[in-house]
Amino acid sequence: MLNTTYSDDVLTVYLNGEIDHNRAAGIRTSIDSQLNALRPKRLELDFSKVSFMDSSGIGLIMGRYRSIGLIGGELKVRNVPENLERIIELSGVRALGVLR
Amino acid sequence: MNTTNEMHLRFLSKSTNEGFARSVVAAFVLELDPTISELADIKTAVSEAVTNSIVHGYRRGSGTVYIDMKITDSRKVIIKVRDKGAGIEDVEQAMKPLFTTAREEERAGLGFAVMQSFMDNVRVSSTPGKGTVVTLEKQIVQLK
Ligand SMILES: Nc1ncnc2c1ncn2[C@@H]1O[C@H](COP(=O)(O)OP(=O)(O)OP(=O)(O)O)[C@@H](O)[C@H]1O
Ligand SMILES: [Mg+2]
Repeated sequence: MLNTTYSDDVLTVYLNGEIDHNRAAGIRTSIDSQLNALRPKRLELDFSKVSFMDSSGIGLIMGRYRSIGLIGGELKVRNVPENLERIIELSGVRALGVLR
Repeated sequence: MNTTNEMHLRFLSKSTNEGFARSVVAAFVLELDPTISELADIKTAVSEAVTNSIVHGYRRGSGTVYIDMKITDSRKVIIKVRDKGAGIEDVEQAMKPLFTTAREEERAGLGFAVMQSFMDNVRVSSTPGKGTVVTLEKQIVQLK
């Protein structure tokens, strides 16, 4: 499933493979249950191992922005591969100030 | 402009078929020697259209998703993604970026925007109660 690390109030989730509608729900449930259990100050979504993503991935990012916001934390999206840059730019995720 | 190859695919509206459908389409384009980026664009656009048929078209139950695909002698790829599902009341509104009828399912409302940005041409024709046809076109550049 998903590799995650937790230290110093930071939950890092290493996403992988193809993120589409078929996989989004499982990833969402897995991340949200960890958010509720650990209540981290920051959620970092690492995209370095993601090979494909469509708008379901954007929905996943936006949704996690909301879930971490609900528990008073912040979201970071990191290591977006070059081939996903266009969809990320088109989505308006950059305007949330979460990219790094 | 003559058709040099064509392919037809039909499958059940199960979300596990989203990856299958975009991979088949990508494999079919390979004869044109597309760049990795052209291939990724086509895969993403097809994923959007197929997901829409599954998520919105067949919202009330399962059905069949159809893909009809052509390659022309001018290296154009024409892909039709069809469903016999719910249809769209107002296509113009549906195609606006961020418009979605499924916000609570974490849909971003960006599928059509992605298709338009990644393909050269996108046409949508839909009849409420009858279904939807999305036509995606892309010119594959000739590399020397
Ligand atoms: N095949 C279809 N059948 C019925 N309705 C559709 C179909 N495709 C799109 N729609 C309608 O058009 C709207 C916009 O589609 P679009 O793909 O742009 O966004 P979305 O699917 O809602 O969200 P996202 O694609 O970002 O996950 C949908 O919310 C839905 O109401
Ligand atoms: Mg969509």
